[in-house]
Amino acid sequence: MARIVGGIACSHVPAIGAALDKGTSTNPYWTPYFNGTVPAREWLAKLKPDVAILIYNDHANALSLEMIPTFLLGTAAHFPVADEGFGPRPVPPVYGHPKLAWHLVENLILDEFDMTIANEMPVDHGLTVPLSVTCGQVKQWPFKVIPLCVNVIQYPPPTGVRCFKLGQAIRRAVEDFPEDLRVVVYGTGGMSHQLQGERAGFVNQEFDTMFLDGIVDDPEKLTRISHTQYMRESGSEGIEMVMWLAMRGALGPKVREAYRFYHVPTSNTASGLLCMETPA
Amino acid sequence: MAAPRDYEDIPGTYVYDAERGRVGYHLNMFCMSLNDPENRKAFKANEAQYLDRFPLTAEQKDAVLKRDWLGMLKVGGNIYYTIKIAFCDGLTFQDVAGMMCGMPKEEYGKMMLGGGRIPTPENQSKGKK
Repeated sequence: MARIVGGIACSHVPAIGAALDKGTSTNPYWTPYFNGTVPAREWLAKLKPDVAILIYNDHANALSLEMIPTFLLGTAAHFPVADEGFGPRPVPPVYGHPKLAWHLVENLILDEFDMTIANEMPVDHGLTVPLSVTCGQVKQWPFKVIPLCVNVIQYPPPTGVRCFKLGQAIRRAVEDFPEDLRVVVYGTGGMSHQLQGERAGFVNQEFDTMFLDGIVDDPEKLTRISHTQYMRESGSEGIEMVMWLAMRGALGPKVREAYRFYHVPTSNTASGLLCMETPA
Repeated sequence: MAAPRDYEDIPGTYVYDAERGRVGYHLNMFCMSLNDPENRKAFKANEAQYLDRFPLTAEQKDAVLKRDWLGMLKVGGNIYYTIKIAFCDGLTFQDVAGMMCGMPKEEYGKMMLGGGRIPTPENQSKGKK
């Protein structure tokens, strides 16, 4: 039987990827951030997952405003790295797990989550930056990746409570998969940040600390945060944190916090990194 | 039930909702076209002519040609799309963020290094001005 062994919350700031790709990750600006990510990489290597379900958002690369699926699941065997307007990131290709992905699609839809199915899709920094942060600069990613893309670009994104329930449905579906697989779930994006308007650069450390605590111990409380409250208190783009709730829903009621790291700034953004284990 | 727009009360924030999506679609799809290197070349060669390929309003065209980043948001631009023009110009996200809030690059960078724009009652609600 497949089992969810851990969860990771990780910001996906494009500048983090650019620092690694351009070799500036050891300069004084980036060193404190990258030093803080090392324990997460060591933890994940020991956890040895076979597959990751990676919850993220696309940034006008695979998708545009032409069609906007709220929840989209990638069933391909291979996901090319997107050219985001300055060439694809020099990172390994992303290989999927079609059998588990299709199992998820069927189970989630019959469990009343109407997923859009992507048989071909490039993946952008929303997906590859969290992989780089938690796996390092590798020749190939150490596990298969199932992309689960959430709309947070066109308002309104799905609510926090809806995302949390999606996570719970993912857990039921994974536990129903007959093969022995160790699965980790990523929730990416956040933490507080605002990329637009006269209020750009908004960061709320108090909100972020409350959110990190809540993700571990009381995610149900966080599901009551409204969209307006996210935008007001964590910046207009902080609303991405609903994706953390989808991840957390998949981990079950109790988790053990294995590692936490928080850093300001990564470009315009407060970055959070949280590793959690689920009891066997 | 009409969707509540209580977020309109947040200062300096342009939520890309149905209202903005309705007017901004073509402006953002022009930005999307810049993902293609050939289109970037054509845009750079003659910006006004390239913009004529898209059914933009005069205001939208003007905002793009003037690189009025804040103005683009006001006429339906979505930052994840308009930023593609900036990338085409060789600017970074932080450069554009600074310009939108009217801060010199160095000052904006310093603010971020100092922990970002700190929450105050005034920057969370227009009612608190």
